[in-house]
Amino acid sequence: MKGEHGPLVHELFGRGDYGLISEIVEPGACVLDLGCGEGELLAWLADHKNVDARGVEISPAKLQKAIARGVSAYQGDIESCLADYPDRAFDYVLLSQTLQEIRYPLQVMRDILRVGRRAIVAFPNFGHYTVRLAHLFAGRAPKTKLFPYDWYDSPNIHFLTVDDFEILAARQNWHIERRYFLSGTREIKSFPNLMAEVAVFVVSNA
Amino acid sequence: MVVTTQHKQFPSLELESGIVLAPVDVAYETYGTLNESKSNAILIVHAFSGDAHAGGVDAEGHKGWWDNMIGPGKGFDTSKYFVICSNVLGGCKGSTGPSSINPATGQPYAMSFPVITIGDMVRLQKLLIDSFGITRLLSIAGGSMGGMQVLEWAVRYPESVASAIPIASTARHSAQQIAFNEVARQAIMADPDWCNGNYYNSKPPGRGLAVARMVGHITYMSDESMRQKFGRRLREDNGIFEVESYLRYRGSQFVDRFDANSYLYITKAMDVFDLANGAQSLVPVLAKSRTRYLIISFTSDWLYPSYQSLEIVSALRRRNQDVAYIELTSNYGHDAFLVEVDEQADLIRGFLSRTMKENEKR
Repeated sequence: MKGEHGPLVHELFGRGDYGLISEIVEPGACVLDLGCGEGELLAWLADHKNVDARGVEISPAKLQKAIARGVSAYQGDIESCLADYPDRAFDYVLLSQTLQEIRYPLQVMRDILRVGRRAIVAFPNFGHYTVRLAHLFAGRAPKTKLFPYDWYDSPNIHFLTVDDFEILAARQNWHIERRYFLSGTREIKSFPNLMAEVAVFVVSNA
Repeated sequence: MVVTTQHKQFPSLELESGIVLAPVDVAYETYGTLNESKSNAILIVHAFSGDAHAGGVDAEGHKGWWDNMIGPGKGFDTSKYFVICSNVLGGCKGSTGPSSINPATGQPYAMSFPVITIGDMVRLQKLLIDSFGITRLLSIAGGSMGGMQVLEWAVRYPESVASAIPIASTARHSAQQIAFNEVARQAIMADPDWCNGNYYNSKPPGRGLAVARMVGHITYMSDESMRQKFGRRLREDNGIFEVESYLRYRGSQFVDRFDANSYLYITKAMDVFDLANGAQSLVPVLAKSRTRYLIISFTSDWLYPSYQSLEIVSALRRRNQDVAYIELTSNYGHDAFLVEVDEQADLIRGFLSRTMKENEKR
């Protein structure tokens, strides 16, 4: 379990993946956040990194808060909103903790890599040992800190792992520029498929 | 704050048709203070039957039509921004329109008033804005026909508009919207008192104008809001339905404050307005604008349905232009843009403050 002793990750709004994203995105970049929620990350990027920040959010209540923060967000469904955009419209397209909820993730990833030069994709790792143990010993759909929902009201419809994503990227000929694995606020350096709670990939078309 | 409508006269205004109106008057009000760099000005543009009295209270105690949105701490915060609202060209509330005196004849223009467009209304507003020495508006905002003027501004004077807020509006009228306007126009012209528009020295076409307004009010509400407001309740005094009584009251009240010929000219200007100028796609025309957009529509607005706002949003996305869009939930139909204050104020406050920040970076 030596992975537990990696370096600490800077958190933003209590989230390690947001912290990483805030460091990865260069100042002045044009960023689209798919599922931007209440727009905290985008507003932070606009304020601190002078980012041209755009968002898409399906929940009207969250969207209202995002716009009230001054974020250029609109009501839309991730799976249909990307078609309107021209190629390479954004420096980064963010998909944070949403990939596992999308009906056709491969199509969305292809669209993302069309409209963005790079994608930053963060998702919960279903290969995490606690999930494996819960499934193995309880014999039920895993319900853990990472996947806290009952199977019948979970937004998650795909249970992908770090390795699953790496294999898909290789098959699709995507270039994984950077990869980060998080356990709480620590970065995991070894056995990520077993030890990472959250994976963050920076992906581009090869 | 007690506000007074002010007036300016410009020597002439060339219309899109090439006809020159000379001179031309504009009625306007302002709220708040223009800053030294003249970078905090917001133009509010009114809907079909509105006027320059958008905010504050006038000497007779009448509140402005958007007073709940304009003032210190409100959506358009006058402790930060300088807000201007003017009566549209063709109107009857102090700006030149068909009821104004034609200097060539000494008589009201009536139907000799030239055909005007949304673009012409915007040209007059531009004269007014220029007269303040304002080269770039922080924002321009309006609902319904106001939204059409907002869009026209954004593509006509792209360098003069930092942000645009079209609410419950459209880039062009649908057949249904034209149809309702045509019924209203026919009601006015069918009134024998209309006399081809020459009624200024006699009795105005009050019955026709009232019917026109009644049709309008139906389209501004929703089935839900009418059920809640009136249901099938009867009035005790005369036994008619509440909804009939309401429409009659609104109709007769309107006759006292609006000119029938203005109704004809302005509704026609709305109907012929097409931001894309006949082209199917809005993408090329909107690509001219250099503006941040906040676009708002309402779920129960069947007169300016959300698909019309979405068409604009989609066209802006095609060129990756800066646009925020939300469809607010409301039962109030088209009237929602005047009623749903809190939600709109939150959205607009955040949008304006971000626009101001980005402006300072320029």
